[in-house]
Amino acid sequence: MINRIPSMQLAERVREGHLRAIARLITRVESGDNPEVREALAELYKSTGNAHVVGITGVPGAGKSTLVTQLVHEYRASGRKVGVVAIDPSSPYSGGAILGDRIRMGDLVSDPGVFIRSMATRGTLGGLARPALDAVDLLDAGGFDIVLIETVGVGQDEVDIVRAAHTTVVVNAPGLGDDIQAIKAGVLEIADVHVVSKADRPDSNRTIQELKGMLMMSLEQGEGIWRVPVVPTSSEKHTGFGELMAAIDRHAEHLKTSGEITERRHQIALTRVVKVAEQIVRDNFARDSRSQTEALLKQVTQRELDPHGAAVSLLKAMKETIHETH
Amino acid sequence: MQNNDKSAAVIRVMLAKIGLDGHDRGIKVVARALRDAGMDVVYTGLHRTPEEVVDAAIQEDVDILGISLLSGAHMHIFPKVLQLLKDKEAEDMIVTGGGVIPDDDVKELYQMGVHKILLQDTPPQEIIDSFRQLVAERGDR
Ligand code: B12
Ligand SMILES: Nc1nc2c(ncn2[C@@H]2O[C@H](COP(=O)(O)OP(=O)(O)O)[C@@H](O)[C@H]2O)c(=O)[nH]1
Ligand SMILES: [Mg+2]
Repeated sequence: MINRIPSMQLAERVREGHLRAIARLITRVESGDNPEVREALAELYKSTGNAHVVGITGVPGAGKSTLVTQLVHEYRASGRKVGVVAIDPSSPYSGGAILGDRIRMGDLVSDPGVFIRSMATRGTLGGLARPALDAVDLLDAGGFDIVLIETVGVGQDEVDIVRAAHTTVVVNAPGLGDDIQAIKAGVLEIADVHVVSKADRPDSNRTIQELKGMLMMSLEQGEGIWRVPVVPTSSEKHTGFGELMAAIDRHAEHLKTSGEITERRHQIALTRVVKVAEQIVRDNFARDSRSQTEALLKQVTQRELDPHGAAVSLLKAMKETIHETH
Repeated sequence: MQNNDKSAAVIRVMLAKIGLDGHDRGIKVVARALRDAGMDVVYTGLHRTPEEVVDAAIQEDVDILGISLLSGAHMHIFPKVLQLLKDKEAEDMIVTGGGVIPDDDVKELYQMGVHKILLQDTPPQEIIDSFRQLVAERGDR
């Protein structure tokens, strides 16, 4: 048996930028709800709000991990510390996962200014957003200037994560289908920056033009309104990544000068609070209230009680138990 | 072991190939088996350095670091990894290995602090059981 360091003690080290403390607290938030851990996170939350959080999304194979690696090099060259949270899908059968993004990011380790963490998506019930965003907080409190979140951006949970970023980058690869992938994924509207990856390929020009055309049609234009740029990148030719960093920096600047940052922070707070509330309710169902639920369900099937009424009494009954466990 | 069972944290494993060793069949078999048993597996890919692997294992905060070695370099690489873990105050990480390693070397590696070595023809289930046991013995972290 080993000596378990209390989470509050780890939190102090997180503030000093201690990588192992950050890593261990991420593990603890990932492995479920523990009041002792929540207390430490609550304390650390006060030290967050300094990092610029960038969500990077796009279909599998679009080139996200490759791009993250290049982007990290750019940020390091500009003197900034970068944290990465890479979210990989898990096997739907067992809940386990082989987290592959790390392979492509291998050349980034052994630099104390870079921290990379992989996370698995765990089936439908699993609240992915909460641990992922807690990890972002931990990196933020740990003094990382930039936090990049890589997700495939399909499913509500993943979209919520991207929504909790300050800048959202959507990665489109040429030739992955006839339509722009962002439309299929439903993330066209939430992109602050579009990337066309693999710009070394001949079909990339078409994707760039299609995307530009689409943006002309769908977005309002005018003074002080952010114009979503389309940035071509190529890891083969090593081009575009400096421009991408510059575009993200410009967006960060725009949020500040236009005052939009206030709105965005409000939106992020809303997403997170609602998300956690939902999660707490779900966890509670899964944990304690089974017998109670069963009794109510019986009443509903027998038409003694309507579903809405049953839900309301369930939530009322839940009130006390929530207080104890959270 | 179900993931929605709050009391049972998912076991995190990093599987690493270090040095020039290009034999990756075995490690991929192990990766899949552990994944199918519900563990999170981070595979490093080929040709990593001990420093890269240890840094990555610390950031990923894995329960178990598994190194696959068929190149004959095990008596060089394991001590290096153990030393780096010590230097970085990460000695609580469980270190395991597999591949092609002579019996005498296995004994010596155990003395150095490697927790488990499972060689050729080990059935996947034995690796899974052994990993679960190692984590249970270590206890809560
Ligand atoms: C297939 C093979 C190859 C293939 C590899 C294909 C690939 N992508 O993997 C090829 C043909 C490319 C190859 C090349 C070479 N090979 Co070769 N190869 C083998 C062979 C025949 C089988 C290895 C194998 O795949 N086994 C099947 C898998 C499933 O078993 P495994 O890897 O042992 O894994 C199991 C366990 O060990 C354990 N395990 C494995 N890793 C881990 C990790 C952890 C954490 C745990 C818990 C368990 C665990 O679980 C697995 C399931 O039970 C072995 C002979 C042998 N007896 O092992 C020689 C062997 C490994 N090769 C050898 C040599 C010398 C070479 C070459 C140098 C030959 C040359 N002169 O070119 C090159 C080097 C290539 C390189 N860059 O490294 C020697 C190594 C000698 C040594 N260690 O001193 C061996 C032992 C043959 C011999 N008897 O001489 N090789
Ligand atoms: N030609 C070319 N291939 C690329 C580029 N970026 C990524 N790729 C390849 O596209 C594949 C998927 O890349 P990856 O970064 O893993 O995509 P992800 O699934 O979105 O993270 C890999 O085989 C990469 O080598 C690029 O700029 N040019
Ligand atoms: Mg990826």
